[in-house]
Parts: sequence; structure tokens; C-alpha cells
Amino acid sequence: MLAQLLPSLTDGLLLGFVYGVAAMGLSLIWGVMTVINLSHGPVIALGMFATYLLFTHLGLNPYLGLVAVAGLGLLLGLVIYGAAVHRVINAPHLSSLLATFAVNMIIIGVGTAVFTTSPHNIDFPLGSLDLGPLTLPATRLVAALGAVAFTAGLYLFLYFTRPGKAIRAVANNRQAAELMGIPSAWILGLSFGLGTMLAAVSGGLIATFFPFTILSGGPYELKSFVICVLGGLGNPLGALLGGLLLGGLEGLIPTFMPVSWVPVVEFGLFVLVLLVRPRGLLGAK
Amino acid sequence: MILQVKDITKRFGGLQALTEVSFDLPEGHILGLIGPNGAGKTTLFNVINGVYPPEAGRVIFRGQDITGLPPYEVARRGLARAHQVVRPLDDLTVQENVMVGACFGREKHSLSRATRLAGEVLAQVGLKERAGQLAGLLNVAQKKRLELARALAARPYLLLLDEVLAGLNPSEITAMIETIRAIREEGISILMIEHVMQAVMNVSDHIIVLDYGLLIARGTPEEVANNPQVIEAYLGDPQMTARLLAE
Amino acid sequence: MQAWRQPGFWLPLMIVFLWGLAVLLIRQDTARETAFTLLMCVGLASSLNILLGYTGYVSFGHIVFFGLGGYTGFYFLSQHNWSLLASSLAGGGLSAGLAGLVGLAVLRLRGAYFALATIGINEAARAFVSNFEPFGGATGLFINFSAYEQYGGAGPALWTAFTFLWLITLIVLATSFLVKHSRFGLGLLAIREDEDAAMVMGVKAPQAKTIAYVISAFFPGMIGTLYFFKNGNVEPSDAFQLHMSIESLVMVMLGGQGTVLGPMVGAITYQGLRGYLLTSPIFKSLHLAVAGLILLLIVLFVPAGAVGWVRGRFPRWRRVLE
Repeated sequence: MLAQLLPSLTDGLLLGFVYGVAAMGLSLIWGVMTVINLSHGPVIALGMFATYLLFTHLGLNPYLGLVAVAGLGLLLGLVIYGAAVHRVINAPHLSSLLATFAVNMIIIGVGTAVFTTSPHNIDFPLGSLDLGPLTLPATRLVAALGAVAFTAGLYLFLYFTRPGKAIRAVANNRQAAELMGIPSAWILGLSFGLGTMLAAVSGGLIATFFPFTILSGGPYELKSFVICVLGGLGNPLGALLGGLLLGGLEGLIPTFMPVSWVPVVEFGLFVLVLLVRPRGLLGAK
Repeated sequence: MILQVKDITKRFGGLQALTEVSFDLPEGHILGLIGPNGAGKTTLFNVINGVYPPEAGRVIFRGQDITGLPPYEVARRGLARAHQVVRPLDDLTVQENVMVGACFGREKHSLSRATRLAGEVLAQVGLKERAGQLAGLLNVAQKKRLELARALAARPYLLLLDEVLAGLNPSEITAMIETIRAIREEGISILMIEHVMQAVMNVSDHIIVLDYGLLIARGTPEEVANNPQVIEAYLGDPQMTARLLAE
Repeated sequence: MQAWRQPGFWLPLMIVFLWGLAVLLIRQDTARETAFTLLMCVGLASSLNILLGYTGYVSFGHIVFFGLGGYTGFYFLSQHNWSLLASSLAGGGLSAGLAGLVGLAVLRLRGAYFALATIGINEAARAFVSNFEPFGGATGLFINFSAYEQYGGAGPALWTAFTFLWLITLIVLATSFLVKHSRFGLGLLAIREDEDAAMVMGVKAPQAKTIAYVISAFFPGMIGTLYFFKNGNVEPSDAFQLHMSIESLVMVMLGGQGTVLGPMVGAITYQGLRGYLLTSPIFKSLHLAVAGLILLLIVLFVPAGAVGWVRGRFPRWRRVLE
């Protein structure tokens, strides 16, 4: 069993980095504007497709293409914010939940029409790396590194740049920030864009491992919810750690139980943490 | 004694909001609660009606220990409250708002009796004509009267009034004072937080003064107004002091 | 406040009553199928409204009651040959029981946390059922055709199921009205407007919310049983579809949350629109996108929904359009 355990666990942890990036996007939006972005899943899927299209049509290395995907993700977020979220930002939560869900439906609807539901694949193998008893597929390693890079980048942005600090100010106390002259609408849009950017990037990374369709974002959206709750909604570092926790669990559980029990444990844990420690295992904000 | 507050202590993390506050309220009396901003007056109300449990101390209402009971249990025993920041039920009509008080207060009326009671109470506070309007559309003064009406509809033994006079113009204040006196005539005891000094000094039987969570004085309005500790507490607040000294 | 004297009580009931009667008289299979789907949507949306519209708690995973209750009822139906009535009641009972058990804990969460928790419960239930042998695990359960003999064959059985659903829908609508106009309902509405203020006024919020949750869970359980009975089988992927939950939510919003007529109007409109889109050559593949667009427009511009908007605009009609 131990022979199975180590590679399974490692694989899960590496995947966990990518889950973490995705969850960070959701967590950031929640932390700044108390909106749960229910279009998170389709944006991840769009990230997958964007990376794929850049690869197949422009021959662009998927990892380099991620930069473009990030940019597109940011733009998409600004559009979604402006079109759907801004008007209901101060309305009861139900409104923003439904508005972002509506965007979800629109993206899936159009996406299904354009891309159909047949699976796509990015064929960009990088071989594997041998580390002692483990053989790690290089795609996973690169993705994990990419995830760490994006996390570090996000932190640098939030703590060392003016827009980043403005975002943190708005997250802390929107009224006070406005009184200090921060244009909160733009900052909120930017935050939303950063959130979708992270989602798109995580999609691009996932596309290098697994085949995907426009519907593939769904399960990752659910995982993001679980991770955010575990790590604390609004706490981006918590999201990364939560991602590792979830990935680790996913790697660990199949060695003890049939794989089909993984979702039961995931969602059971999710509900449990919500009930017992809604601020997450690491605390919110 | 309708209300006995014994050694109430309340902390929020590192902040000591109330320290061993004790006082009694005789039945049928009006007790004024004054103090500079941030003294802990609203926190005291929150402890009394169950919004927060205290760290230490007891709240005895009509002989029963109600310390730490949830707000709905306290309400059902006949203790009603009008908030400082009014909280009308916006999408319900004025009448429906008052009916909630009647249905879930001390007497637990049925809907039909509640409707009648709501009508009476609305007449008492002067909102009868607006009974069918949505509560969210009222102006501030009307919302304050609605808040009071809701509390009265619960047929309480004790009414907690939190700055009901704030934001009212002089004629509105006079009218509200009359209403408060009339409520006391009905036998309802009143504990009121107020900053409008002349009003509270005039209408209260006794006054207690809170400062930084401590009870620093109690007595008749004359005694309190001349208490050096009270004056000093308000010296940090010159407007207050001026008004106090004008008594 | 006698319910039977209020036009708002009779309007939705009459509509459903006459419509169901018409279908039963025409005795045409396609009409019955369309009506079945529609009545199911009306029932599910109205049940959801009892929680969402009256207490303001947004459940995104309400379909779990349809799924678990339906599974339970179907289990008794197919494995133990219980009658349709008994199985439906069992299904409804299980859902209500689950709501009661989970409710007190889950309803302590507010707003988006509550919504997420309901999604989590739905997913956990689906995953659990996929592993639960008595419920057939990942393959699900099937009904033996001989079970339909009890009702005189497959055809009559479907008519029986339809009649049942029709009656249940009437009961849901009546319940929705009676709750809204009861003392209990007033407490719920107070919770919706300002839960803390409601508690200060004496409303026992935790208990009241849980009761609303239980009522809203009972009917989907029964409806689920009927649905799976009609289909002849049930599997995890059918029973816990998140998008069915969301569609109920859309229907409630579209028609007007917090009203009795609203969910019904919303269900009929949404289904009608969906039907049109699916058969139109241009919009066929875009029906989900169009539905999403409609939802977005409603949320942004007409949050009170159709019935809510009319009630706001024409206060005179409030007594009729409950």
C-alpha cells in the first residue's frame, strides 16, 4: 500500500497547487466584494479552450500562452463585472449569485454551440522526472511551479503596487476607501478580473493534463467552493493551502477506500467545516 | 423591582465594554440612561434583551433570571425594545410590522386580534393613516414612531427605548415625550437611553450615568446634574456639559 | 383572514385544477406528458418558494429533497412493492426528516454560506447514493414492469401518477397560501426582512426557519417519487442535478418570489420558453444561453419578478395576485 500511497499523494499535492490557484480566484472576489462568482467554472473551461486554441492555431507553447490567457481572463472578468455584477453589487446576495449564475449559463450555452461537447486535448508532453522512488510527470511539476509563480505574483501585486493596495483597502472597508478617493467601481472590476484571470490560468494548466470540454469547469468550481471554505473565504493563501489539502486528500483516500467515496468525503468535509468553522480552518480575509 | 441588573460585565475581545454595572428599576418608573458616546449604553441594552450574553453578572426581570436567554425568549416574557438605528421590516406594510410585535410579543395574539391591536397602537402613535403603506417608504420620524408602535404592540411590562428622540425636531420631541408619559400611565416601565438632555431630565424619575462601561452616578435628575463626576465625564464632550449645566 | 374567501387563494388553484381536469378528460398521452413536466416544475418551484420567498434563505441545492425523497420512495415502490401513495409519503417523509435534522444546523448560516452549504449537501447526497448498495449504487434502481400491473398496466399507471401529481400540486399551492397568511408565515416574512429585529420582537427564528425548510422539503420528496415511477428507473446522475435546482430558482425569480402565483407563472413561462427554444432551429443549441440572459435581465432590472412587478405597479390587484 505504501508503494501506491507516495506517488498517489504526490500527484494529488501537485494537482492541489492548481486547484489552489483556481480557488484563489474565487476567494479573492469573495474577499473584496462579498460576491460568490458562480461563473467560475465556465471561466476555467474558457481558460482551457483559450490555451488549446492558441496552441493549435498559433503553435504557441501552452505555458507561454498562459500569459495571453491570463490577459484574456482579466479582460473577461472586467466585462462580466461591468455587465452583470456592478448593478447588483449592493443588492442582497441572492442577486449577485443569480447574476453570476446567469453568466455561467450564457457561457455554457454559447460554448456548447461553438465548441460542441466532444472532448479536446492539448498534446504537449514534457516527459517525466525521476525523484528517488517517484516518477513525476513533468507537466504536473511545471503546473505546480506555475501555480506558485502566479501566487507569488498575486501577493507582490496586492502588497507592493498601488492598485493592489487599493484592492486591499476596498476589501477591508469599501466606504472608507471611497472616502479616501479610491474609485471603487474600477477597483472592484479589477479585482473581479484578477479572480477570473486566476481561474482562466488554472484552466490552462489543467488543460495540459486532462482532456476537457466546455463542461469541465464544473467539477473544479465545486472543488473551489470546498477549498475556499476549508481555507477561509477571502483568504488567498488559505485557498492555496486548502488546495493542497484537497489534492492531498484526493491522492490519499483512494488507497484506503474505493475512489467513488472521494466526493462523499469532500462534500461531507465541506458541509462540516461550514457548520463548525465557517471562517475556514485558517480564518477569513 | 421590575428589572434588576447585577454586576454585568461584557468584553469584546480585548475591549471591556461594561464593568460590573448594577442598578434597579422599580415598576412603573422611567429610568434615564445617559453617558458620553461610546460609554456602553447600547451594549447594556444588548445584554439586557439577550442579543449578547454577558461575561459575568445577572439580569433579573420580574423575578426571573433572564441572563443569556435569546432575544425571542426575552421578548416573550414582556420586554420590548425600540432601537437606536431603526429597523423597519421594509417590504411589509406599517400595519404588518406592528402585527409582528403583537403576534410574537408577550400576548401571542392571533392574526385577527393582532390586526385590531395594531390599529389601536398605530392610532396611539399617530400612524393610523399610513397603516397600508410599505414601511420602507416612511421618513425617519415616522419610522421611529413605527419602531415604538411595534414595541408597544407586544404589550410589554418593560420598554427599552434607545435614543427615540434623536433626529427629531423640537415639536416632534414634545409629542414623543407626551407619548412616553402616556405609556408610563398605562403601567409600562421604561428604561431610556437619551442624549437630548432637557427631555430626559424632565421625564425621568431617576437617572443612571455610564462612562467607559462603568456606572458613575445614579439618582434624581437634580442630583445627577450636580454630580462632579458626571460633569467631568462630560467635560470630554463640551456640548453635553453645556446642556447639562443649563439644567 | 379566512383563506377560502380570498381571490388570491382561488386563482392559482383554479388554474391548476381546470388544466389538470382538461388533460384528464382529453386523455391524450402527449398532453399528459407536457402537463406532467409543467406540474412538476410548478410543484418544485412553489415548494422552494416557501423557503426562499418567505424566509429569504436561498437554497441552491433544493433538488436534494427531490433526489433523496424520490430515491427512497422509488426504493419502496420497486423493491418492496409498496403502493404509490405509501411510497410517495415515505419519500416525502424522508426528505422532511432530513430537512429537520440538517435544518437547525445549516440554517444558522446566512446568505451565500447557506447557499454553498445547500450545494454541498446535494453533492454529498449524490456521492453517497452512488455508493449505497440498497439504492443500487452507481447504476441505480429499476422498476419491474410487473409492478405496473397493480395499476392495470403501464398506461393506466402513468395516468394514476399524473392524477397524483395534479393533486399534490394543488396541495402545494394551497399550503403556500395558507403559510403566507398565517401567524407562522408572518414570522417568516419578518425573518426575511430583518432576522435579528424579528428575534428581538419575539419570533423564534431558528425553529420557524426549520419548519419552513421541512415543509419545503416534503413535497419535492413526493414529486420525485412520482417522477421516477413514471420513468421506470432512477440513477444518481438523474436525481441530483444541480441545474434542476437552479431552474426552479429561475422560475421562482421570474414569476415573483414570495408570492403564491409567482412560481407558477414562472414555471409555465420558463418551460414554455424552453420548449420554444428547443424546437426552433436558430435557438436550439443556445437555449441555455438565452435562459441565462433572461435570468440576468430579471435579476438586474426586475428583481421582483413578473407577479411582483405587477403587484408593485397596480396595488389594487394585490388581493387577487397573491
